[in-house]
Amino acid sequence: MLSLWLNVLASGILLGLVYGLVALGLTIIFGVMRVVNFAHGEMVVFGVYIGYWTVRLWNVPIIVAAVIAAVVMFAFGYLLEALIVKRFVNRPHHYQFIVFIGLSLLFSGTLLVAFGPDPRPTASQLSFQTVSLGLLTLDLARVQAAATAGLLIALLGAYLKFSPFGRSLRAAADNRLGGLIIGLNIPRVYAVTFGIGAACAGVAGALISPLFDAQPYLAVDFTLLAFVTVIVGGLGSFGGALLGGLVIGVAEAIAALMFTPSMKTALPYALLIIILVYRPRGFFGAKEI
Amino acid sequence: MLSGALLTIDGLCVAYDGSCALNGVSLQIHKGELICVVGANGAGKTSLIRSISGIVRSSSGIIKMNGVDITGMPPWEICERGIAQVAEGRQIFGSLSVEENLLLGGALKRAKAGQSETLEFVYQLFEKLCERRGQLAGTLSGGEQQMLAIGRAIMSKPEVVMFDEPSIGLSPALTDVMFRVVKSLHEQGATVLLVEQNVAKSLALANRGYVLENGSIVLHGSSDELLKNSEVQRAYLGL
Ligand SMILES: Nc1ncnc2c1ncn2[C@@H]1O[C@H](COP(=O)(O)OP(=O)(O)OP(=O)(O)O)[C@@H](O)[C@H]1O
Ligand SMILES: [Mg+2]
Repeated sequence: MLSLWLNVLASGILLGLVYGLVALGLTIIFGVMRVVNFAHGEMVVFGVYIGYWTVRLWNVPIIVAAVIAAVVMFAFGYLLEALIVKRFVNRPHHYQFIVFIGLSLLFSGTLLVAFGPDPRPTASQLSFQTVSLGLLTLDLARVQAAATAGLLIALLGAYLKFSPFGRSLRAAADNRLGGLIIGLNIPRVYAVTFGIGAACAGVAGALISPLFDAQPYLAVDFTLLAFVTVIVGGLGSFGGALLGGLVIGVAEAIAALMFTPSMKTALPYALLIIILVYRPRGFFGAKEI
Repeated sequence: MLSGALLTIDGLCVAYDGSCALNGVSLQIHKGELICVVGANGAGKTSLIRSISGIVRSSSGIIKMNGVDITGMPPWEICERGIAQVAEGRQIFGSLSVEENLLLGGALKRAKAGQSETLEFVYQLFEKLCERRGQLAGTLSGGEQQMLAIGRAIMSKPEVVMFDEPSIGLSPALTDVMFRVVKSLHEQGATVLLVEQNVAKSLALANRGYVLENGSIVLHGSSDELLKNSEVQRAYLGL
């Protein structure tokens, strides 16, 4: 029994790290640009398909698939911002809402046309391998995904904290007018920020591609999941996104064990409601929506 | 006199949603000058500074820096040409450290070379900032934040520094310190455009002054002339 609980907790934490990465992408975009990317889940699913196809076609390790997803999705996010999102950054929220919902429908539709509605089981050998550690027996895919996500979160955190660009990004998030005053190229900062956010989603998608069947409809779940995670942690907070991811990962795992697997997705929302009642701004939330 | 100007503004108009904030403003600043623009609340002082720096679009008029037309350029290109500002409300980055704020001020291409010397210079000018270099800027006192905003502007190695009411919200003693800092920067060779409501103090510092009312320049002249002008005495000096 103990070992069952430990295993469930551990696998919840592992998946939670990946959720944290998804949420981080959403929260960085929101923190800097004050726009909510309702197409975030689609970006995760793009990553899932990138993971699926790179593994299937070239049989690359999942880490390589993640790097490819990072590069592709960064470019995608950058261009999307520079071509479309940029025009709506200073518009009222309901304009932005419509644009992003439109984009999300466009992306889902594109995925459906390209790959069809049927789930594609992963081609990765990883899905069946496990590693044992004392009482713990864990999916190798999960461990790899979590380790890569953890590493990338740490690298991203260090980049934002210590690099000159990271400093500019934090400055733009703190005070956009202040940024204009010192001559920050705000449009470029925004495009790169959106690229980073999309890359986080894409990498997370690639990392979980051995765990989830690739399917266009996953997108809605991931958008909602990213939302819950970010709100639990506090919108715009880096640490909050990470903590939110872990909480949701563990909550899902426990719900599947204690109730039925179909309760898995419901519990995080219950948790969300409880947290919003007691901590309306999430654990670390400081920013106004 | 016109040809030698560092910054020339000619017939500048700014409107927000149709309502006019600047209405054909013209002024010149020569290299090494300290000029002031004085005016009451809502006269258009901030609009003037923001339109020079490209943050607010002008609807007509021409702004030239070193003879180059910079009208309509984005703010980062205008900063790159050596126009810095100490903005209304300071606009520092409160969640970043003091040193990060300063380094961001020095992130322009024009300021990259010798950045550490400039930082040293700022720390010598404002010892408080040096003591608190690692502290979050948002935790500084109002006066210290104003020093930080000035330090951040200096970091960009500007040719012209525009000050938007630097003394606002400061105690009388700190206001004097503030004006002394502006004065000493000017004496060290900076060209300064000082925008103020504190007419007596800024005219005492400036070579020349402009009086802005409802978006138009209604008077300009040397500081002595303006201080002696009966209109100025009545409306701004309470004499
Ligand atoms: N963003 C804006 N949108 C609409 N109107 C504005 C905006 N900014 C300024 N105004 C208007 O333009 C006019 C000039 O404002 P501005 O801020 O330039 O004056 P100011 O001289 O700096 O005043 P203060 O001394 O109070 O700072 C005012 O009538 C103001 O209401
Ligand atoms: Mg003003």
